[in-house]
Amino acid sequence: MPFGPDDWNAVLLTLKLAGTTTLLLLLFGTPIAWWLARTRSWLKGPVGAAVALPLVLPPTVLGFYLLVTLGPNGPIGQLTQSLGLGLLPFTFPGLVLASVLYSMPFVVQPLQQAFESLGERPLEAAATLRASPWDTFFSVALPLARPGFVTATILGFAHTVGEFGVVLMIGGNIPEKTRVVSVQIYDHVEALEYTQAHWLAGGMLVFSFLVLLALYGSKARSRHGY
Amino acid sequence: MATEMPNDDQAIRARFHIVYGEFSLAADLTLPGRGVTALFGHSGSGKTTLLRAIAGLERHPGAYLEVNGEVWQDGERFLPTHRRPLGYVFQEASLFPHLSVEANLDFGRKRLAAAERRVDLAQAVELLGIGHLLARRPDKLSGGERQRVAIARALLASPRLLLMDEPLAALDGKRKAEILPYLTRLREELDIPVLYVTHSPDEVARLADHLVLLDNGQVAASGHLAETLARLDLPTAVSDDAGVVVEGLVAGHDAAYHLLALDFPGGRVQVAHGPESPGKRLRFQVRARDVSLSLSERDDSSILNRVPATVAAIADADTPAHVLVRLEAGGTPLLARITRRSRDQLQLQPGKSVWAQIKAVALLA
Amino acid sequence: MTLPRRSAAILATALLGAFAATAARADEVQVAVAANFTAPMQKIAAQFEKDTGHKAVLSFGATGKFYSQIRNGAPFEVFLAADDETPARLEKENGILPGSRFTYAIGKLVLWSAKPAIVDNQGEVLKKGGFDHLSLANPKLAPYGAAAVETMKALGAYDTLAPKFVQAENIAQAYNFVATGNALLGFVAYAQVLDEHGQLKGGSVWLVPGKLYSPIRQDAAILEKGTINGKAKPAAEALVKYLKGDKARAVIKTYGYDL
Repeated sequence: MPFGPDDWNAVLLTLKLAGTTTLLLLLFGTPIAWWLARTRSWLKGPVGAAVALPLVLPPTVLGFYLLVTLGPNGPIGQLTQSLGLGLLPFTFPGLVLASVLYSMPFVVQPLQQAFESLGERPLEAAATLRASPWDTFFSVALPLARPGFVTATILGFAHTVGEFGVVLMIGGNIPEKTRVVSVQIYDHVEALEYTQAHWLAGGMLVFSFLVLLALYGSKARSRHGY
Repeated sequence: MATEMPNDDQAIRARFHIVYGEFSLAADLTLPGRGVTALFGHSGSGKTTLLRAIAGLERHPGAYLEVNGEVWQDGERFLPTHRRPLGYVFQEASLFPHLSVEANLDFGRKRLAAAERRVDLAQAVELLGIGHLLARRPDKLSGGERQRVAIARALLASPRLLLMDEPLAALDGKRKAEILPYLTRLREELDIPVLYVTHSPDEVARLADHLVLLDNGQVAASGHLAETLARLDLPTAVSDDAGVVVEGLVAGHDAAYHLLALDFPGGRVQVAHGPESPGKRLRFQVRARDVSLSLSERDDSSILNRVPATVAAIADADTPAHVLVRLEAGGTPLLARITRRSRDQLQLQPGKSVWAQIKAVALLA
Repeated sequence: MTLPRRSAAILATALLGAFAATAARADEVQVAVAANFTAPMQKIAAQFEKDTGHKAVLSFGATGKFYSQIRNGAPFEVFLAADDETPARLEKENGILPGSRFTYAIGKLVLWSAKPAIVDNQGEVLKKGGFDHLSLANPKLAPYGAAAVETMKALGAYDTLAPKFVQAENIAQAYNFVATGNALLGFVAYAQVLDEHGQLKGGSVWLVPGKLYSPIRQDAAILEKGTINGKAKPAAEALVKYLKGDKARAVIKTYGYDL
């Protein structure tokens, strides 16, 4: 059997990481995207640029700064220690934090676009029908932005699954904690275990293709909807 | 300025001073707290801006707005749109695409406390004839149907003020004709004050009780419809189709000649029309170019409708050959467009008694 | 039409040939260097260039990774591995110039912390605990990692320590984890914690006794790409010769390697 227990663990860990990350990003990314889509503040530019940074930065830059800031001498490391949380590098929560930062633009940007494409009108119409801004957000904006949420969820999940550089830099390759599929593949290749590498790498290839297929398929469908 | 000064708590008082770059709007209006007030003007005159400000969709400091005794906005207070008991009909229906027609109708209604609901679903559905559409999605409706649903949706929010922003402008002539009767019924059957933005004289003539003329961000006139239409100092008068709108009561029907008789304070007119129930109020339009004047009642002409009137004022018309004469017929203002030569021949001047011969009467129904 | 086109082709061929010849005479040698040997090799390469005029172009990384890259056609001409097995395997697979393999250094393993007074000179800290993470190079891929595992097994501490492992991709990353404080201590190469004068750069260190792990023989060889017509290219040959010379050996010793 070319698929060992280590490989399964890596797969499960990867799914858990991607799931947790996506959930957190939808939770925190939605208000950020909403704010970005609607604000007229001068901060829109800087915040938008910061969210988009992982698109252009090499993962090594993010990994390096995470290693330094989350470490015992870094500001966040000192904060987590003083809160009794210990240090985040080499832990699953540490990977989640890194993935949230790394996958942020893949969730926030589709949501922002979806919110922007709503325009003012449905929100104004809701206001003239006695709906408060919160009410409007949940009863009008969220349902109308549904295609954006589908895209954001799929891209956020898939991109986290595909993450490698940052994990390699702050993960420490610990089985069941930080050894995700991409790292496991890397180890197999480095150790010349090409058969196992093929199983995992092929699996990733098929998975990624199916994800994108689902995404583009749903886009094509939603174009014919509403 | 207003001829029928509304009493204190039945009025809409609005004072806005709005500046957007080059454009500025200054409005200080006291409008009747009932009936339909048309905000009329060309595009860019500021009518939609004013309506949005009244709805609270745009926030303008220093403004004052009071609706039938309730202050919605003043120096300190600003009720956000969702706290204003209003209904708003946009130019495009703006239905929620993810909700069925019924859920759209219910959107505002279910956000009201039961005691605040003054319009019920059955009534609104019947009034706008949309009973067969309830289960449909907005994208399966025609433009006219969508707009009717949007109007019903606004009504179901039990507004104390209904704001309509050119609700017919996005529709073609046929769809307009389909909706106008519903709007007329609305005016007749519901006691909700309406501010109606339009640039269509026809819609004004059919629907408005009160007219506000906006010109380049300024209020050019505000007053009772008939009074305002008959004013000689306004651009409305100086045009080829200047005219007045008069409200009459059905007096009877001459079946043999197929003529409907309508009484109004200045007399009686007869118009080619089928029977209507006696006592019903109907509007008719009398264009200035369809009114000629004589010094005696001439019964040797083919003109059916003749009413006695007094010359109130005379002003230049749109061509050097014509003048506009403003008449008073038992308190009802009328306009006549005659040649300057006729004026001199008849020696017309304010105070002179004449007979107005009305060649054509257009029933607005 | 055909004539000018043919002339152009000939011209292009001639230019390409000239370019290729220049490249061959450029006296550069592409070297794959095990990560633990980074600091000494940078020093040696500088001296090598000064003394011989040849230029050594250095790439640093994990020995296992270099192996797969070399097997897949990477342009390295000389390979300084972190072990003796990898060059031996390459020799068996006819990947090197026969007979060119030699031991250039014997690596020493240390347990190191960037903080003073953490690591004692007996390595007792491994049994006492008091740390969350122990950094080491991936034993599957790096000889120093394998030596670290051997050491912990010999001390009977492997099972208790294994949950604290953070595995680095190579020995340089293992060093980084400790240097940034993210791991309190870790197994690294002696050479990494010494400066160019052979002094401890900082922190606390335990030089692991040689009897606890098999010697880390670091072998070098001239690779297939470093040969021409079955013989070593001049720059490759010069570098190997230089590595065996006194000047290089002095540097290697300063960094704590045996010879």
